[in-house]
Amino acid sequence: MSSNHPGLSNNFSRSGEKFSWSKDNLRSIKTIISKYPKGREQSAVMPLLYLAQEQNNNWISIECIETIAETLNMPKIRVTEVASFYSMYNTRPVGENLVQICRTSPCWLRGSNKITKTICKETKCEINDTSDDNKFTVVEVECLGACSNGPMIQINNDFFEDLDEESTKKIIDNIKEGKPNVIGSQKGRRSSENA
Amino acid sequence: MLLVLKKAGEVQKMLNEKDKVFQNLHGFQEPFIEGALKRGSWSNTKEILSKDQNDIIELVKSSQLRGRGGAGFSTGLKWSFMPKNTGKQHYLVVNADESEPGTCKDREIIRNDPHTLVEGCLIASYAIQATKCYIYIRGEYHHEYVQLEKAIEEAYERGFIGKNACGSGFDFDLYVHRGAGAYICGEETALLESLEGKKGQPRLKPPFPAGVGLYGMPTTINNVESIAVVPTILRRGPDWFKSIGAENNTGTKIFCISGNVNKPCTIEEEMGIPLKELVEKHCDGVEGGWDNLKAIVPGGSSTPMLPKNICESVLMNFDDLKANGSGLGTAGVIVVNKYNDISEVIERFAHFYKHESCGQCTPCREGTGWMHRMMQRLVRGEISPEQIELLENVTKQVEGHTICALGDAAAWPIQGLIKNFKSELISKYNKKLKAS
Repeated sequence: MSSNHPGLSNNFSRSGEKFSWSKDNLRSIKTIISKYPKGREQSAVMPLLYLAQEQNNNWISIECIETIAETLNMPKIRVTEVASFYSMYNTRPVGENLVQICRTSPCWLRGSNKITKTICKETKCEINDTSDDNKFTVVEVECLGACSNGPMIQINNDFFEDLDEESTKKIIDNIKEGKPNVIGSQKGRRSSENA
Repeated sequence: MLLVLKKAGEVQKMLNEKDKVFQNLHGFQEPFIEGALKRGSWSNTKEILSKDQNDIIELVKSSQLRGRGGAGFSTGLKWSFMPKNTGKQHYLVVNADESEPGTCKDREIIRNDPHTLVEGCLIASYAIQATKCYIYIRGEYHHEYVQLEKAIEEAYERGFIGKNACGSGFDFDLYVHRGAGAYICGEETALLESLEGKKGQPRLKPPFPAGVGLYGMPTTINNVESIAVVPTILRRGPDWFKSIGAENNTGTKIFCISGNVNKPCTIEEEMGIPLKELVEKHCDGVEGGWDNLKAIVPGGSSTPMLPKNICESVLMNFDDLKANGSGLGTAGVIVVNKYNDISEVIERFAHFYKHESCGQCTPCREGTGWMHRMMQRLVRGEISPEQIELLENVTKQVEGHTICALGDAAAWPIQGLIKNFKSELISKYNKKLKAS
């Protein structure tokens, strides 16, 4: 199962198109590299992988790796190693919305299994699949660090917390219909206060 | 003595509002500079920075603040290990890679009260002669990262950090570095590797980071909460901090309660609050009532679970939990009631550790996978009493035989399960045997 998670696979592939930094990103790269000491530019590899992923429709192609290696003057294999070690770098294309469902015990105790079922049904995706319309990729992940707000999921950068089947369905429906979602608690909590 | 008294007395009061370090833990007030100034952050930082560096270390030491990241090592003592006047670049690295299942405390500090952390970074860096500090935040905390960056920008704009920070003459730069989904990077040396742009695989110790740390320079690594409480300790004095809690288990602590409680929450309380009180008062009790309690994991997934009889009276501090065969860890309290299968709770932890093993040491890389497969069979009632013993034996061969503590962390929850519920596991097997 886990070997098919787009962030965990070591099978990198080419997109077939040259990857070169956007103007904005070239500027950001300068700022990023300046955070680290001279001669330690390699430290910027993780932020640069994020930038590349953002520019490249949320995945890291071999072309991305080549460009990063060139920018930071690093061997390609070192960049590849980092991209494959960390699960947040996707080694293959994913849907517009990467839906990550927390499966670890605190969320499971509060019903994460039901959330998984609802999401798979509503997106018409099995775990690790991408929907036909490319709107969703659904994965199960380990603890996302919002345990007092479980069960919870992450869609791209946003956390959705205090879920039940109904609120989960609503979130997916809203995405399908292009409507905005309320980020965070779906039960009206400000954060993780007793309420 | 205090411990004993408190246990017998049972007249624990809730922590006084004015003694809470994090006045905006839940984000009902403005999280940024205007709110932070009202809450007292940055009020006399210059004065604090006019103290001698050793004096600050001594004050923190005497407050008996123990690291909030899991190990519970004295923060002041850790700082004192940093070499002095080396002429080298020293670093403070703040561990915000909060990933231990059950733990979500640093998240609240960062998104709702980030200036406590930023100010803490400045003061701690000054104390260990570090002019640069990196905060390593887990990649999934994107919103929190944005909040933190904004707070840092505000602090730069007001001259609180940067050149001549707070007018103290001390130059200080603070940077945020995002992780990318690897639990192991919460291990301090793996974190340093990651910060250097490599795979997050722990380093052998010695050398310790205080001698050879980030980029080979003297480095101290502290948890977010440990750093964020420092300004308040220095403002109100170590004696105030020590007046809360018990000897060597002082101060306030953020607890995160999750799982089968009626109202899961994150709350700042007195260190050493009875576990039962934490669950009953702050979370409106166990789902299905206290008698429906099966077990509680007191300090994040790595700490062994406690059966109900111990939960009745144990205090939530380092020493009392240790004396009861577990630990405070990160204070991520996971409550399990009788409606759920306790072995599946642990099987999911085993899956977690298998997933997060960095693969460097054989006992952990192979052991976590093997233990997880055994746990899956155990959940189905397919392992015999002899095999349960074998499983326990293997956990002991993983424990203590790896570079970092992930091997131990993977072994302890399984050992806790077998220790407390062995007869139940055996009857599960017998039942299955009969049925087939």
